[in-house]
Amino acid sequence: MTTQVAVRHALVVADLRVETVTGTPVLRGVSYEIAPGEVLALVGESGSGKTTAGLAALGHFRRGLVPAGGTVTACPRDGDPVPMLELDERQRRSLRGTTVAYIPQDPALSLNPALRVGRQIAEVLEAHGYGASGAERAARVAEVLTEVGLPGDEAYQRRYPHELSGGQQQRVGIAMAFACRPSVVVLDEPTTGLDVTTQTLVLRTVAQLTAEHGVAALYITHDLAVVASIADRVAVMLGGEIVEAGTAEEVLRRPQHTYTRELIDAVPDLDGGGEQARRAPEGSATPALAVRELSVAFGGSPVLRHVGLTVGEGECLLLLGESGSGKTTLSRCVAGLNDRYTGTVALDGRPLAASTRRRTAEELRAVQYVFQSPYSSLNPRRTIAQSVEVPLEMLTDLDRAQRRERVAATLERVRLDPALAGRLPDQLSGGERQRAAIARALVTTPRVLLCDEVTSALDVSVQATIIDLLCELREELGTAMLFVTHNIALARHIADRIAVLQGGEIVESGPVDEVLTDPAHPYTRELLANTPRM
Amino acid sequence: MVRLIARRLVISVAVLWLVTLLVFVATLLLPGDPARAILGQQATPERIAALHAQLGLDAPVWERYLNWLGGVVTGDLGTSTASQGPVAELLGGRIAASLVLLVLAAVISTAAGLALGTWTALRRGRRADHAVSGASLVVAALPEFVIGVALVVLLSTTVFPLLPSVTLAPPGEPVWSRPSQLVLPVLTLVLVVAPYITRMMRATMSEVLDSGYVEMARLKGIPERLVITRHALPHAIGPVAQVIAIQLAWLAGGVVVVEFLFRYPGVGQALIDAVNNRDVEVVQAITLLIAAVYIVVNLLADIVGILTNPKLRSEVSR
Repeated sequence: MTTQVAVRHALVVADLRVETVTGTPVLRGVSYEIAPGEVLALVGESGSGKTTAGLAALGHFRRGLVPAGGTVTACPRDGDPVPMLELDERQRRSLRGTTVAYIPQDPALSLNPALRVGRQIAEVLEAHGYGASGAERAARVAEVLTEVGLPGDEAYQRRYPHELSGGQQQRVGIAMAFACRPSVVVLDEPTTGLDVTTQTLVLRTVAQLTAEHGVAALYITHDLAVVASIADRVAVMLGGEIVEAGTAEEVLRRPQHTYTRELIDAVPDLDGGGEQARRAPEGSATPALAVRELSVAFGGSPVLRHVGLTVGEGECLLLLGESGSGKTTLSRCVAGLNDRYTGTVALDGRPLAASTRRRTAEELRAVQYVFQSPYSSLNPRRTIAQSVEVPLEMLTDLDRAQRRERVAATLERVRLDPALAGRLPDQLSGGERQRAAIARALVTTPRVLLCDEVTSALDVSVQATIIDLLCELREELGTAMLFVTHNIALARHIADRIAVLQGGEIVESGPVDEVLTDPAHPYTRELLANTPRM
Repeated sequence: MVRLIARRLVISVAVLWLVTLLVFVATLLLPGDPARAILGQQATPERIAALHAQLGLDAPVWERYLNWLGGVVTGDLGTSTASQGPVAELLGGRIAASLVLLVLAAVISTAAGLALGTWTALRRGRRADHAVSGASLVVAALPEFVIGVALVVLLSTTVFPLLPSVTLAPPGEPVWSRPSQLVLPVLTLVLVVAPYITRMMRATMSEVLDSGYVEMARLKGIPERLVITRHALPHAIGPVAQVIAIQLAWLAGGVVVVEFLFRYPGVGQALIDAVNNRDVEVVQAITLLIAAVYIVVNLLADIVGILTNPKLRSEVSR
């Protein structure tokens, strides 16, 4: 790496090695460089070391990690390149926020809940002696808030983080990073957890700011669809190494490495899927699940208003909605976990009691639930086989041997290695855990399976395998499925019909192809327009 | 916020009222007859009956309770059966002496606990952390009289005879006029209370230091001193305040044993004497006082919790 290259680039990372204090390598020689005004996307799955590689650009290593070689060279706006890793902690601190700034993954956790947002931005300016006077700094706070599309006035600055929405919090985070006019920003999955409309807004803000101010951006993400919409160049990480790098066009259209190809294939696409043989809804037969006029109110404010939907045998209905739309409340009502509703939930034409306590064992067996996070829905002290056996113990008269047999058969059905049956959940990967959770739901051969955001806690490639599994199971068993999600891109991959839930009401429903090609409601059109495509 | 604090205040007053009921009932159940305690075993039934009438002991229970409660509310704690003087006068000097002990112990142990907890949280996993954690666990496991006796052995008798082991208070002279005799009682109370605060502070602070906003503050380039004082400490104080409150409230009761141990002329000593003499009025006054300290300290902790949490601060009602 010659000095000349280093001068041209705002950030040069060469052969960076990081290991844990016990000597296990985390990064095995990572190299990348970013020019001013350029966006480099660092793509990889959880555990690939991408966040470690990003934080190293600020000379920061999390607890238990130590640098083991390589260089990080950052170039301030006006000045000579500085070797980040050779500086002491004091000197690194003076570069953080001024030369290299960081935008965190979850703004709700990263903003100090007890400080007003204006104060948190002003604090960066004060720490680095930006501007000559307090008035000048106050003006800069207002200016940078306006730049990210927020009101810069005094009243807004006096708000606390909990008084802002997720998207606004993230833009405060961006304002904080851009306040001192850094030459490099590191964005660590800044749109994970935001709904698509907000995500589009945040991505646009980032793209605009980096281009306008000639800032080099390192954009860390696992979402290749987002990469396509923001990045100039892409580097793909696997097991602490960059396995492929190039322009976004090259990497996304002509991937060389098999891992990159797998990642790209796994991305759910609005236009993709298709291979799923969709059956025509059978109008005559009684639907397996019918919800009529269902309304719920929490403390006087309505959460669901007169919701009605049906799911036929072997059919999959995608219930689409953003956070706060009431989609989880709806599925909890169907499952009997929330009994304070009006309206009816009918199974094969027979109304169900509101609460699980008053449903018969047969009815309980017939409606099963898979939760969002496989990390918290499995009892950490029970082995997988024990967890899967619980519904059989509670709801059937099978003896021990028969139960064991059923458990083994179900685990095989969800393609879970029999060797894992005796393990505890924390010895399994996220995907394996979610398979176990699905097995637990399927072990009673339910008529209706409720899947509540079952893939949103998982990596993209794991998501693809879970979706495939659910599709196959539906084919084989003829289970009616209510698939609750915020991700419209999954529609063609799993569902026959879509119901769009907004503010507690179903604003649109119909066959997948119809809704995606010719959306009737403006909200659906907005969602489609904001969903990033490859 | 004002409504939230007002609610806590109302609850505190209600609890205090419940305590007056309990205290009154408890003293009713106390064995022995005050009139007999005053007049001695040889008293004639007539004289006892006369004294009963004089002390108002013949009136129905609820009337006696209301009379007493009315007195408490207006600051009249009644007349001591044993010494025949007003309780307030009797306890005035004692309360001041105990308060000195309590306030000194509270201030020192809180400051030391918070500082030591923060310091070890910042040195997690290093030798200093292990040493402090181990030592605080050992000290926390010892009851106050063991610590007190150990300190007496160590600092005022055989090993280093530096400090007085009992308090000598000539009448009319306040205890704090000889500061050296305050050292051992205060030190005992500090050693009982500070380890809990230290351990709790270390645990809470460790959690806060691992939080996203502390990492973010460091990545913003905020100087480490400000990261600790502005971003970490305020979030650790809220939960720890509850523990401090429980500990300080314990001090109010724990002081009884420690005062006895060091012959310290405070309310603890007065309580023990009063119980021995069947001095009902004094027992009631002191019990109520200790309960009031409990309640006030807990109220303060709640207010600190509310003040350090902007979500509660801005909440309209709950």
